[in-house]
Amino acid sequence: MIYLDNAACTRLDERVLEAMKPYFFDTYAVATSEFGYSMGIDAKEGLESSRESIASRLGASSEEIIFTSGDTESSNMALKGAAWALKEKKGRHIIVSKIEDFPVLNTAKALQKQGFEVTYLDVDAEGFVDLEGLKSAITKETALVSIQYANQEIGTAQDLKAISEICEEKDVLLHTDATHSFTRLPLNMKELPVDLVTLAAHTIHGPRGIGALYVRKDTPITKFMDGGFQEFNMRAGVENIPGAVGFATAVELVTEDETRQLEAMRDRVIERALSEISDVALNGSREKRLPQNANLTFHYVEGESVTLHMDMRGFAVSTGSACFSRSLEASHVIRGIGGDHERAHGSVRFTFGRYNRMEDADAAIDAMSEIVARLREISPLARK
Amino acid sequence: MKVEKKSEMRFPYSEKVLEHFRNPHNVGKIENPDGKGLEGSPACGDMVAVYIKVEPETKVIEDVKFESYGCASNIATGSVITDLARGKTLDEAKKITWKQASEELGGLPPIKAHCSVLAVEGLRAAIRDYEEKHGLVTEKETTTEEVIQQRLKHVMNPLTGLDVIRTNLILKTSVEAGVVRVVIDLPADHQFAPSIKEDIMEKLGSLWDVERVDVVFTA
Repeated sequence: MIYLDNAACTRLDERVLEAMKPYFFDTYAVATSEFGYSMGIDAKEGLESSRESIASRLGASSEEIIFTSGDTESSNMALKGAAWALKEKKGRHIIVSKIEDFPVLNTAKALQKQGFEVTYLDVDAEGFVDLEGLKSAITKETALVSIQYANQEIGTAQDLKAISEICEEKDVLLHTDATHSFTRLPLNMKELPVDLVTLAAHTIHGPRGIGALYVRKDTPITKFMDGGFQEFNMRAGVENIPGAVGFATAVELVTEDETRQLEAMRDRVIERALSEISDVALNGSREKRLPQNANLTFHYVEGESVTLHMDMRGFAVSTGSACFSRSLEASHVIRGIGGDHERAHGSVRFTFGRYNRMEDADAAIDAMSEIVARLREISPLARK
Repeated sequence: MKVEKKSEMRFPYSEKVLEHFRNPHNVGKIENPDGKGLEGSPACGDMVAVYIKVEPETKVIEDVKFESYGCASNIATGSVITDLARGKTLDEAKKITWKQASEELGGLPPIKAHCSVLAVEGLRAAIRDYEEKHGLVTEKETTTEEVIQQRLKHVMNPLTGLDVIRTNLILKTSVEAGVVRVVIDLPADHQFAPSIKEDIMEKLGSLWDVERVDVVFTA
């Protein structure tokens, strides 16, 4: 199986597993204070050095990293936490982009039900948030803006610098979901005035079930899950120390060289698809996009048929077609960039990871040209 | 708990569906067909075209072909339904149901019902087209509640794969002065609400004397 759905989840790196193992079998105690027993102190050290390592990758300080169960929890914590903390002091208005991934989008919808007003910002045909639109959407009542760093489906990377400057100037908290961009695109908290950042391990060959929320010092956040006093009293529950160690190891293993290799595979898929197959359109920006993401619409064919044919040939890819989704709804991202049903219907996403080689990218496009030709043969829409 | 890893590939479809998907029968266009039906569902985006050649005396379907811009179940149903229709009279072919096609295919996932119903509707549309062209259709029928109920039987409830009437999803229907109102027993933010709504709008909006369709959710 040639796995090209690394945006959904990645294969765990053995080195990550090796780093985690001692925290399952040797140092399995909960993290205790410095007055606790030895195993608990060792466990605490494992947790804190992982925190330190992730913080340094971000140009953050350790206390600004809160471990969570993954990006869904991190984004819930950021949006609900900030909205609840500021609803009296600031107001009940939040702003998100239309093409956010579900953790942000559906948390915003949940807040709407609790009486918050939500603005869903439009994006242009490549998926970029309209900066003027953002400026004019911010009011005195706005508690939080949440705009993703890079898109999960079409790969478009926002101009986070410009967005953060607008929010800083207007004195509004900014959250960004960096699930797909962390370690692959530059992100330095010393340089960017972003207050909250969602991070996850499952997209970078780390374990699933672990993520983090970067919380800039003094950012008002109401604790949203009640329980113990772990994670600076911001996230209750027994710490997932093996997970944290795995996450930190996964972060350390991502290199610039590797990212450039993924980018080369991405470019190969985009360039070959556009030049060798007719009626193909790239979704998202050509220049400012995730290095590991290629998303293309193959007109006149349907995505679920494509993925099934790809599966039969040993490839795992994904599509924005309604037929593929659990809700039978076409991708909200493709519709968000002004695409119609047809654009979503034939969209196919290829996302690369550590265990892919250039041959995989080539083999995928070889298979795609064959499959697309075959499906167009039976399509009432295709030019023949 | 030990989870056994299955060695063979795992697909959500029966072997029969996969076979028809891989090598669909009766694919293509008939030049100068006697009847042509084009059915599309904006709810899922799929589209099917069916072409028939009819023997004028016996009204037997001599040749039938289809084209699909759709997912696997849509393609497989198109393949099997055209197999079933070939050699049948128009009246016989009209009676072919989605259920028959589905049984022939060894069952379809419930959530996929509405993509495959399209192929059945495509065949019926081709037959209707023939009948209209050959003066076999009588007066235009006024849209009544019965007509609406009848049409709604072709809207699938994705939760079950059965239609919205049979699964009691429709609380109320009414028609007055060209305005149809349908009340659905689902909250408006239910995951399937938009696709059901679109499907209903499409099925009822095409009636000749209907000007507007209001789809109302309960919460």
